[in-house]
Amino acid sequence: MSVDFKAVPRLATGYRFQWEEAQQNHVLLYPEGMVQLSDTAAAVLSLCDGKRTVEAIVAELEEDYETEGLDEDVTQFLTEAEAQGWVKYG
Amino acid sequence: MAKIPPPLWLLAEVTHSCPLQCPYCSNPLDLVPKKDELDTEGWLKVLHQARKMGAAQLGFSGGEPLVRKDLEVLIAEARKLGYYSNLITSGVGMDAARVEKFRELGLDHIQVSFQADDATLNDYLAGTNAFQHKLEMARAVKASGYPMVLCFVIHRQNTDRVAQMLDLAAELQADYVELATTQFEGWALANRDHLLPSLDQVREAERIAHACQETYKGKMKIYYVVPDYYEKRPKACVAGWGRVFLAVAPDGLVLPCHSARSLPNLELHNVRDHDLEWIWYESKAFNYFRGEDWMKEPCRTCDEREKDFGGCHCQAFKLTGDPTNADPTCAKSPHHHLIEQAIDTTRLNPSNSKPLLFRKRQNNTNLS
Repeated sequence: MSVDFKAVPRLATGYRFQWEEAQQNHVLLYPEGMVQLSDTAAAVLSLCDGKRTVEAIVAELEEDYETEGLDEDVTQFLTEAEAQGWVKYG
Repeated sequence: MAKIPPPLWLLAEVTHSCPLQCPYCSNPLDLVPKKDELDTEGWLKVLHQARKMGAAQLGFSGGEPLVRKDLEVLIAEARKLGYYSNLITSGVGMDAARVEKFRELGLDHIQVSFQADDATLNDYLAGTNAFQHKLEMARAVKASGYPMVLCFVIHRQNTDRVAQMLDLAAELQADYVELATTQFEGWALANRDHLLPSLDQVREAERIAHACQETYKGKMKIYYVVPDYYEKRPKACVAGWGRVFLAVAPDGLVLPCHSARSLPNLELHNVRDHDLEWIWYESKAFNYFRGEDWMKEPCRTCDEREKDFGGCHCQAFKLTGDPTNADPTCAKSPHHHLIEQAIDTTRLNPSNSKPLLFRKRQNNTNLS
C-alpha cells in the first residue's frame, strides 16, 4: 500500500478522535476499542479531516514543527492507519 | 501496590427487561425487577461520575436497553460528556425513525445481535419472532450512516452455522461481526449442558472464522475468540478486576464484572449510597482481586499471572466453590478436570437433561 500525495484522508466511519483529560492523551475510539495515540500520530490524525490532501498535511506539520522531510513519517503512519482501518480516502 | 488506574469502560445495564428469552443470556437468574431500576436522574449521575473519572467507552446494555423510555435522554447526555457510546441491542424496540433519532443525538454505534442466520432457529432461540425485524434494523443502522456491527452469540445449537452467519453478515454489508461465544454465567450456566459445543464444533468454527477473516479482509472485520473452556489458559476476565471495566446494574449496584453479584462475601455498593469514585478506588469489593495478594497456587507463582490475572473469579467460584482459586479453565488448575468433564459432550444424554430454560422472570422459580 503506497500513499498518494494528492489523496484526501479522513477518519473511517465510526471512529472518533479526541483528547482525554484523564489520560492526558489523544485517543482514537471505535467500536469496542480505544487506542492511545503518540503525539505524532495525533498530530497527523487531527489533520485527516476529509479536506486536506496528504501533501497539505505534510506541509502543515512541517510548518508547525519548524522542520522538513516529514513526508516519510506521515506516509508511514498513514499506511499503518489505513491497514488498521482507522483512515479512509475520498 | 501500584497506583490504581482509572476506569476506561463503563457498561450501563439500564434494565433487565427484555422482549427476548434467549437461554444463553448471561444476566443473573435473579433479574432485577423494573420497580428497582435507577431512574433517569440516577443514570445521569452515573454517566457524569464515570466520565469525570476517565471512562471513555460507554455501552448501553441490559436486558434490552430499548425498553427504557429515557434512553434518548441518556444518549444525548453521553455525547455531551464526550463518551464514545454503543447501544448493545436485539433491535426489538426500535424502528428506522428511532435509529435516526439516536444518530442525531450522537450515539456512536449500534450493535445488533442475532441468534442465528435463519428465521426458524433465530426465533426459536429468541423465544419470539424477531428475525425479520432484526434484518430490517441491521439495514436501518447502516442506512443511517452507522457502521453495521453484528453480534452472533454462539453455542452448540448454532455453531455449525458460523459459515452461514458470516454469509448473512456479508450480504447485509456488515462492517464488524462478532462471533461471541456464550459466557457460561447466569441463564447460560443453568443451560450449560444444552449450550456447550463439542470440541470438534469449536475447532470447525475457528477454522471457518479464520478463513473468512482472510476472505473479507478490508471489508468486514470478524472477531472470533475460542471459548475459554477449550483453551489451556483462562481469559483475562474484564481485562483484570478493577483495572479498566466497571458495570452498573439496573438497580444501581456497581460491579467489577457483570457476574460479580454471584460472588459470596463480596460487599457490593450502590450508586444510590456512594459515589463511583469511592466505589472504584476505595471499596473492598473493587480492591478484592486487585494486585496479587489474594492469589493462591498455582496463580501466585505462575509466570502468566500478569497476563490473565487468574482468569474469571466468578467462574472459579461457581465451579470450585472458591473465587480465589485459579479459574478452572486453566490447565494448571487442580480443578481443571471439571472443565474437561463439562466439554466431554459424549457423556450428555439429552433425555436425562433438564429442558432448555428460556430466560423470563417466571422461569426463575423452576430452578430449585
